[in-house]
Amino acid sequence: MKNALGVEIPEYIEGLGELKPFQGVWESIIGDEIPSTNIVRTLKAKKAHTSKLCGDLKEAVQKCNPFDGMTVTFHHHLRGGDGVLMQTIEILDEMGIKDITLASSSLTSAHDGLVPYVEKGMITRIFSSGIRGRLGEIISMGKLKHPAIIHSHGGRVRDILTGRIKPDLSVLAASAADEEGNATGAHGPSAFGSMGYADIDARYSKNVIIVTDNLVDYPCVPGSIRQHFVDHVVKVDSIGDATKIASGTTRITKSPMDLRIARIAATVIEHSGLFKDGMSFQVGAGGASLAVAKFLREDMKRKDIKGSFMIGGVTSYGVDMLNEGLFQAIFDVQSFDAAVSTSVLNNPQHIEITCDQYANPNNCGAMTNKLDVVVLGALEVDVDFNVNVITGSSGEIRGASGGHSDTASGANLSVIVCPSFRGRLPIVKDRVHTIVTPGESVDVIVTERGVCVNPSKPNLAAALKKAGVKVVDINDLKKEVDAMTGVPAEKQLGDKIVALVEYRDGTIIDVIHNVENLS
Amino acid sequence: MTPKFKAQAGTFESSDIMVLIEPVSEEAGRQIDISSTVMLQFEDDIKNTINQVLDDLDIQNVHLIAKDKGALTPTIKARVEAAVKRSLGIQEGTM
Repeated sequence: MKNALGVEIPEYIEGLGELKPFQGVWESIIGDEIPSTNIVRTLKAKKAHTSKLCGDLKEAVQKCNPFDGMTVTFHHHLRGGDGVLMQTIEILDEMGIKDITLASSSLTSAHDGLVPYVEKGMITRIFSSGIRGRLGEIISMGKLKHPAIIHSHGGRVRDILTGRIKPDLSVLAASAADEEGNATGAHGPSAFGSMGYADIDARYSKNVIIVTDNLVDYPCVPGSIRQHFVDHVVKVDSIGDATKIASGTTRITKSPMDLRIARIAATVIEHSGLFKDGMSFQVGAGGASLAVAKFLREDMKRKDIKGSFMIGGVTSYGVDMLNEGLFQAIFDVQSFDAAVSTSVLNNPQHIEITCDQYANPNNCGAMTNKLDVVVLGALEVDVDFNVNVITGSSGEIRGASGGHSDTASGANLSVIVCPSFRGRLPIVKDRVHTIVTPGESVDVIVTERGVCVNPSKPNLAAALKKAGVKVVDINDLKKEVDAMTGVPAEKQLGDKIVALVEYRDGTIIDVIHNVENLS
Repeated sequence: MTPKFKAQAGTFESSDIMVLIEPVSEEAGRQIDISSTVMLQFEDDIKNTINQVLDDLDIQNVHLIAKDKGALTPTIKARVEAAVKRSLGIQEGTM
């Protein structure tokens, strides 16, 4: 069957079940809800004054009675510095557990160690918002038994609530926790800020283990994760390396190209009709995206604009803007550098939120639905404004869906910032390798050679032209870039489906085919 | 013409190409070794561009090594020309 974007979607996949094709950004919402059956919380009980503390992680895992075919989940707040996921997989492997479904909120460079476990079939299914590095390569080559499922951040919450992901064991790292399992990332030697992604696991997993390198006296405050969801608590020597969370994404770029794109994007925002008191704003970390915040900050000061809130994906740059009074609050689902944790802890206007509140399409109060402006990156865009943030120029899996499609769908103005070509590869294509965010929810694509406005927003295009912004037809931009770079030879992909891209409502928006040889 | 010296032009920066020339014996022919970050997409294009510059400069016997980081065609042409002229000892101006 074909979905609304013309992608052939299999009706059924062995090991994953029936698939529903993507129909459109809001097509799943009937009346005030997305019809679905939600799971019920596991009933847990414990006798009074018994201890949850375990000697080590292995003992805690054993107490959870792991079994073949189980689903193990993690959060990725420590990003490239995570040390808990690999420890847990190694323990499960030593115990001989196999056919594991791995459902981490994302996977990073810290998880290349998963490769041998995938290759030998110990891990047979993966749900994640991102897959990178060597792991992405071997999945692209078809080494994972069942196709990986790429979901959005909001989609993951929906996946758990509807039972698409059924967590049997959740091992959740915390930078501070007490003996009952009240836990936070806001303080401690390995502080990483918000624990927003872990909340849904804690609430719905059959077995929850809190792992911390910093066991504090009872009670641990703030209780980002609360004790009545937690089965076991483990003190370990290290949960990872919090200094690797940032990986250079939180400083303003010095690249002249990125700065130029960001300057144009800020001008687009200024003339979008949304640049006024009470504006809400989200920006990604790194490259041109974060640089937009720099110019927006200057523009807001110049025009004396006071915004309402920022969400994200919070960098210390965003915290500076909060402290300057440019916005009234930050809603923080994930902190992009360890320094942000101090603000999460001490500033009542810096509000830690769950991923459910951030972006779940199946609730009535997702922050992304209250968003005015979001600025997002792209690996590729196409002439229909579809955006790819998951596969690289050879079709290999090397990125993250993250909150891209969540925020783009909710925001009044979704701005994509990207260079028109990178290292000779044109970024504007006839069709992106993989659609993560549909063009329907993308309003503007900003490149150094001009701004493309979605034809569905003629008034915006007119306003930008009037303000002197260079607005170009995306087909003309593509021709201009192709003439400079030459048209790249497209590599033939294989016939095997190695991953499915799940839209935030649970429908399948695209499939990823295998790549035969990766150079 | 036949290159007399080892020579190079370009850098390893993104969007540039490093071209190395090694002299070979007369009638050894052209040996061109290319590595590129965009090999899959532009291998033939890069090879053709290099051969075209070598044709224009009448270089038949040479070992040319190109390490490409996604240079555009005019960059490739300029780097190859500079490397060849250095290897012939006919470059004018500063090194």
